[in-house]
Amino acid sequence: MNDKVLIHVEGLKKHYLGGKVKALDGIDCDIHQGEVLVIIGPSGSGKSTFLRSLNLLEIPTGGKIVFDGHDITDPKTNINLHRRKMGMVFQHFNLFPNMTILKNMTIAPMKLLKKSKAEAEKKATELLERVGLADRANSYPSQLSGGQKQRVAIVRALCMEPEVMLFDEPTSALDPEMVGEVLDVMKELAHEGMTMAVVTHEMGFAKEVATRVIFMDGGKILEEGTPDEIFSNPQNPRTKDFLSKVIV
Amino acid sequence: MKEWFADLSKKFMLCFIDKGYWKWLVEGFRNSLVITFFAIIIGFVFGVVLATIRSSYDKNEETLKLRGGLGYWLLKIVNAISKIYITVVRGVPVVVQLMLWYFVILVSQDNGVIVAIVAFGFNSAAYVAEIFRGGIMSVDNGQFEAGRSLGFGYVRTMVHIIIPQAVKTVLPTLLNEVIALLKETSVAGYVGIMDLTKAGDLIRGRTFEAFMPLFAVAIIYLLTVIILTAVFTSIERRLRKSER
Repeated sequence: MNDKVLIHVEGLKKHYLGGKVKALDGIDCDIHQGEVLVIIGPSGSGKSTFLRSLNLLEIPTGGKIVFDGHDITDPKTNINLHRRKMGMVFQHFNLFPNMTILKNMTIAPMKLLKKSKAEAEKKATELLERVGLADRANSYPSQLSGGQKQRVAIVRALCMEPEVMLFDEPTSALDPEMVGEVLDVMKELAHEGMTMAVVTHEMGFAKEVATRVIFMDGGKILEEGTPDEIFSNPQNPRTKDFLSKVIV
Repeated sequence: MKEWFADLSKKFMLCFIDKGYWKWLVEGFRNSLVITFFAIIIGFVFGVVLATIRSSYDKNEETLKLRGGLGYWLLKIVNAISKIYITVVRGVPVVVQLMLWYFVILVSQDNGVIVAIVAFGFNSAAYVAEIFRGGIMSVDNGQFEAGRSLGFGYVRTMVHIIIPQAVKTVLPTLLNEVIALLKETSVAGYVGIMDLTKAGDLIRGRTFEAFMPLFAVAIIYLLTVIILTAVFTSIERRLRKSER
């Protein structure tokens, strides 16, 4: 980790119904390069909304997000260019069901980065090998298990060579015995120095891999600190209450 | 029985062979196919464009309002125009539309087949648009988000990711539209185009035989529809491969 701030979030708000519902209510947060930020909190706390705001899948109603020196909340910014550098992994994988695994991984680099087919496939194959799925290159997503699908989803995002990876509850839709294989890939990624923002209920992962943990509730960040600080010695009563209810 | 067969073959000769009237059927059938084929292409392309506009508006109204700016108003206006277009085209009988094109809008165009292609094409577009809108709306929003998160712009996400999936879902309904269009072209005779139906009718007028030419016309339509169905079924099966 170094001191370079990759994503700077300032006063981020997401209000619905003219302010009656506040999904995000003034979030300030800096994500440094090489950092693994884990966001925890009860459901409805706004943690997914926060993560999805970072690449503008949710359009915030206030505040700003500066990514790599560019204010991406400015409507004049071409968000498509910046999204290429922000990989995203979804709870429900969202692989393209009508394409083979290889096509899933090569379509974006070929169409957007103008890579040749051979070049894109070489990179995709390398990544598939790393996650142990090289033999599934020509399968369709429906032929894969949940854990395999999520591993493919991760390497699909990596094919764009992103500067940061956003994970939106990547293991929540998986059968328990498949959670480990996905977390292993994420751990490896973290150790390689990838900047990551992860929304998860896997407290074990947070403890082991996170460089910083954020606890959110009611659209606000209530507490943040190192995993040790948050899990061993939480200060906020809501954090204490939450952690006492989840199995750590 | 023998007499009946003899009579039948005599009528057959009279209607199709003796004076070479079968050539009319061939020409008429060719025109029907040409009109249907090109009208489908116009209808498909324009219909997909309309469907994309309509579904984009329905899906993204909230988000666009937040982003504001010119894009929002542009889409709002284009969407309203598309809606009016679809309402008008679906609300006016296709024969009337055909006559409007032939006698009013494209009055300088002498080639009836071209007028018919345009008329049926833009008519079909309205139906294809609604079929496709359903297809696009049925694709899981996660697909859309996945495309956007990789860096595809709105239109490119539609083209590369959403529409190919939508095509698959709407294929059976699209076949219906193609069949309906083929049969609708039978009114082309109204503006003096020699289509299959018109050809049969001309033979009837010359020979005073109704059964033979009309039966032949009916059979040709039927066989064409059966073949089209078979082709579509095989395409569908091939596309479904990924869902094993």
